[in-house]
Amino acid sequence: MIKSETIEMAANEIMARAAIDIPEDYKSGIKGMIDMEKGDLSAFVLEAMLENWEVATEDRRPMCGDTGVPRYYIKTGNEAQIEGGFIELEHRLRRATAQATHDIPLRPNRVHPLTRQDNNNNVGMNAPEIEYSFEPDTDWIDITTVHKGGLFGTDYRMLFPGDGIDGIKRFFLDVLLAFGKRGLACQPAIVGIGLGGSKDTCMMLGKQAACLRTVGSRHPQAEVAKLEDELKELGNTTGLGAMGFNGNSTVVGCNIEVGYTHTGGMPMSVHCFCLSSRRATARLYSDGSVDYRTDPEWFTPYMRRNTVGWDGNAALAGAAE
Amino acid sequence: MGERASKLKTVRLKTPISDEDLKSLEIGSVAFLDGMLYTAREGVYEKILNKGETPDVDFTRLTNVNFHCAPAASQNDDGSYNIGAVTATASFRFAKYLDRWFSETGTKVIIGKGGMSQAHYNELYVPHGAVYLTTVGYGTGALLGRGIVDVEAVNWLDELGIAQAMWILKLENFGPLLVESDIHGNSLFERNNKEVNERVEGLYEGLKPPALARYGETRNKTDELI
Repeated sequence: MIKSETIEMAANEIMARAAIDIPEDYKSGIKGMIDMEKGDLSAFVLEAMLENWEVATEDRRPMCGDTGVPRYYIKTGNEAQIEGGFIELEHRLRRATAQATHDIPLRPNRVHPLTRQDNNNNVGMNAPEIEYSFEPDTDWIDITTVHKGGLFGTDYRMLFPGDGIDGIKRFFLDVLLAFGKRGLACQPAIVGIGLGGSKDTCMMLGKQAACLRTVGSRHPQAEVAKLEDELKELGNTTGLGAMGFNGNSTVVGCNIEVGYTHTGGMPMSVHCFCLSSRRATARLYSDGSVDYRTDPEWFTPYMRRNTVGWDGNAALAGAAE
Repeated sequence: MGERASKLKTVRLKTPISDEDLKSLEIGSVAFLDGMLYTAREGVYEKILNKGETPDVDFTRLTNVNFHCAPAASQNDDGSYNIGAVTATASFRFAKYLDRWFSETGTKVIIGKGGMSQAHYNELYVPHGAVYLTTVGYGTGALLGRGIVDVEAVNWLDELGIAQAMWILKLENFGPLLVESDIHGNSLFERNNKEVNERVEGLYEGLKPPALARYGETRNKTDELI
C-alpha cells in the first residue's frame, strides 16, 4: 500500500527539485553547445545560464522567475495500491502544489482565463493537470512533475501524407523561426514533436516528447530516430542562437513520438522545452521507500506497443527492429 | 561570468539612471544595476493609465526603471516577503501603454524579455529618451533573484495578485542584463534578426510547400511578428 502522506511528501519534494535543479542531461547538452557556438552573444547567454543554474542550486531558489505551469504525470503499476485511491492521490497533489507554491516560492501563474482570478497557489479548475499511464507487472507508482512555460514555442498543423518529410521540415522551421527570433522560445530547447494520432493526441504526444524524454534519448524505431537526428541538425542551421542572437544553438535535442493516425492525414505538433527544462520524478514503492530521478522514463515499451495484446518480450523485440 | 562574457563590455549603473548614463549605453553591453526598480505590466498599466488609480507608494520618486516582471514570491505570516527568482516577461504586448507611461511617470528604462519592434523604438522610446535592457537567457531567475536585496513596497497585492502587483524592489549588482536599445533606437535584436533573415530563403530551398495552405497575417518568414 502506498500511503497518501508519502505521496504528498514526494510531490512537495519533486516540485522543489523541478523548479530549482536543472536536469543533468539538459545541462550537459548545453555545455556541449557552448563549445560549438560560433556567436559570442549566444555563447555569453549560455554561460550565464550555467552560472544561473549553479546559483539556483546553491540558494535553493527557482532557476527562473517564470516558474511555469506545474502539472503531473502519473505512471501507476497495474498492481499498485494507493491509500484512499485516486481521489486521495489527486487531493494530495493539489495540496502539494499549493504548499510548494508558497514555500519555494513559485510564481502563482494559474489564473481564470476570462476573469483573471488568481488563487495564488497554482491550483484551480483543471489545474494542475494530472495525466495517467500504466505499467504492467509492478506495484510502484511514478509521479513526475513538469513546470513548462506556457506562452511561446508551440504550434500544431494538419499536414497530409503527400507533404512528406518536406512538409515536416517546413513546419518545424516555421515554428523555430516564429518563436526563435528574440528568443521567445527560450532556446536552446528540447524540441518535442508529435506526429500522427488524432489532433489532441498529436498535441499530447509532442508535449510529452519534449517534457518527458531526456536530451540524447532516441526513439526505438529507426525511421523515427533518423528523423530526430535530421531535424536536430536542421534546427541548428537557422542562424538563431540563444535569445535569437546569431549563432547555431537552437535545438539541444529533438524527440519525436508517433501515434497511428487517419490514413489521409499527418498531423504534427511542435513544442519547445526551454532553458529551464524543469522536470523531476519520484518512484514510490509499496514498502514506503521513495527514489528520486530526473528521467521520467515515461515512454516505456508498453506505452509504445503496436500489438493488440501485451507480451513484454515480444513487444521489446518488435520495438528494437 | 564565463570566458565568452569577457569579450563583451560591462557597465554598472545606479538608479535613477542619469541622462549621462543613458546616453553612454551601447547596444550589446552587459549591464548590472544598483538602487531600485518597480514592476509594472498590464494589470498596473490598466489601473494607473485607464482607471486613474494612484499607488500608495509613489514609485516615480524612487526610480525610473520599469521591470516587465512577475516575481516568484510569497508573503510570510508576519507580512514580510520571500522573493525567490525573478525573470522578465515578453514586452511587446505592452507597447500600447508605453507612450503615456513614459510621459506620466518619467520612466527611462524598460527591462524585459524580447525587446520591442524597431517601429516601437522609433515611435515610443526615442521621443522619450528611453532605452531597453533585456534580461539574459531567458531566464537567469536565480541570478536576478540574488540581486534583489529587499522589498521596498508592494502596491495592489490583494487586488492584482502576486504576479501582477507592483513590486518596488531594492537592488544590488542586479544582472546580468544586455543593452538592447540605445537612445537613438538602435536595437541589438533588430541587428541580429537582419542577419538571420538573410539565410531564410536558403533554409527553405528545395522544400515543397504543403498541399493545404493556412490563412495568416504573413507568410513571409522575414517579417516581424511582434
